[in-house]
Amino acid sequence: MAPSVAQVWDWLSDVPDPEIPVITLTDLGIIRDVAYDGPTLVVTVTPTYSGCPATAFINLEIERRLREEGVTDLRLERQLSPAWTSDWIKPEAREALKAYGIAPPIDGTAADGVLAGRIARLAGGGNLVVPCPRCGSVHTEKLSQFGSTPCKASYRCTDCLEPFDYFKCI
Amino acid sequence: MVAPVPEVRLATNANMAGPVVFTGQTPLTPGTPEHDLFTGLTRLGDNTLILGHRVSEWCGHSPILEEDIALANMALDLIGQTQLWLGLAGAVEGAGRTADDLAFLRDGWDFSNILLVERPNGDFGQTLMRQFLFDAWHQPMLKALEGSADARVAEIAAKAGKEVAYHVERSADLVIRLGDGTEESHTRMQRALDALWTYCGEMFIGDAIDARLAAAGIMPAPESLRPGWDALVGEVLAEATLTPPANPYAHTGGKQGKHTEHLGHLLTSMQWLQRAYPGAKW
Repeated sequence: MAPSVAQVWDWLSDVPDPEIPVITLTDLGIIRDVAYDGPTLVVTVTPTYSGCPATAFINLEIERRLREEGVTDLRLERQLSPAWTSDWIKPEAREALKAYGIAPPIDGTAADGVLAGRIARLAGGGNLVVPCPRCGSVHTEKLSQFGSTPCKASYRCTDCLEPFDYFKCI
Repeated sequence: MVAPVPEVRLATNANMAGPVVFTGQTPLTPGTPEHDLFTGLTRLGDNTLILGHRVSEWCGHSPILEEDIALANMALDLIGQTQLWLGLAGAVEGAGRTADDLAFLRDGWDFSNILLVERPNGDFGQTLMRQFLFDAWHQPMLKALEGSADARVAEIAAKAGKEVAYHVERSADLVIRLGDGTEESHTRMQRALDALWTYCGEMFIGDAIDARLAAAGIMPAPESLRPGWDALVGEVLAEATLTPPANPYAHTGGKQGKHTEHLGHLLTSMQWLQRAYPGAKW
């Protein structure tokens, strides 16, 4: 008997993200749909960033997890629209990110191109205030718009002096 | 005592996956809607591919670690976007070519990127100036493409647009910091601007294909993006204490496949593996 859709969601909820293993694929919000097309189980996945090298690995992990449970008739589909947003990261996963040393995204602060930068410059500069995930200080500064992966920026805490990654809002 | 001659084995196609296919120019008929769309998509995908490759040349060579990582990540975004644009171009063409086929098996004259993106990296300042001049066009272009009459174009643009919004913030910020920085950095940024300025006009010069794509509501008319670019670039350069050159000349031809010698050198490096071992798979 084919497993229920709810059962499949449950299995997928324990597959860790390959880059940030403290959160799972369902935490990240990249599994968009689980459904049956006749006898075929169809899992629809959306990429986080177009160039994210983990995308192919994530698909492999999904397949591995479901085959482990005996699923043989399986198809993975890519869905681009609506484009993935960091708003879909679950609240509990944000806590896990913080505990892991990555500052979680601050919703509503996605770059809108030139506008945010222009406002910041006109207002005398100043980056987004990202609290330090280690000591909680709000005295932090951006080192680079891109950190260890495209989805993160590099920051430094000026109180505890530790560098850290900030999961950018997108 | 003569050293033994090592055995030399020639690479053959026998152990390579799939037949070797010549994939040059598109079989589509010029003037048809499919040919127009294919061309529009390869222009977008070739811009991101060639710029992505150029930026990736910095990997391991940047002045500081953070910038090395940032450049590599931006290149990754651009190459990811290339897979989407060229993937769709291949689907529209319907001849079975994948994004990889289009990237690695076409020759210089089949590429339709603008000349700006094939300019050599120069110093770090010139790389960032080129990036800013491109980003200031790229982001509004994607914004306009989000409203494309072709839903497949619109969804790629929406995805890529979010990434490119971060690119333009970063490149504008660094152009300002370096332009309005030390005497040395200011001089280098002004030199970069002077060297690249005449390669900017091509972004806003449309041809018959652009006009038909615009009339069909699929892509914006290139000319329509000029006022926004002028305004943003003017504002950022003023803050960077840099002076835009007065020369209005525009080098053109890239979109029609007529390139500078720099593209050929880039392709020999980017495509050598598929040229030397046709059909080789990762």
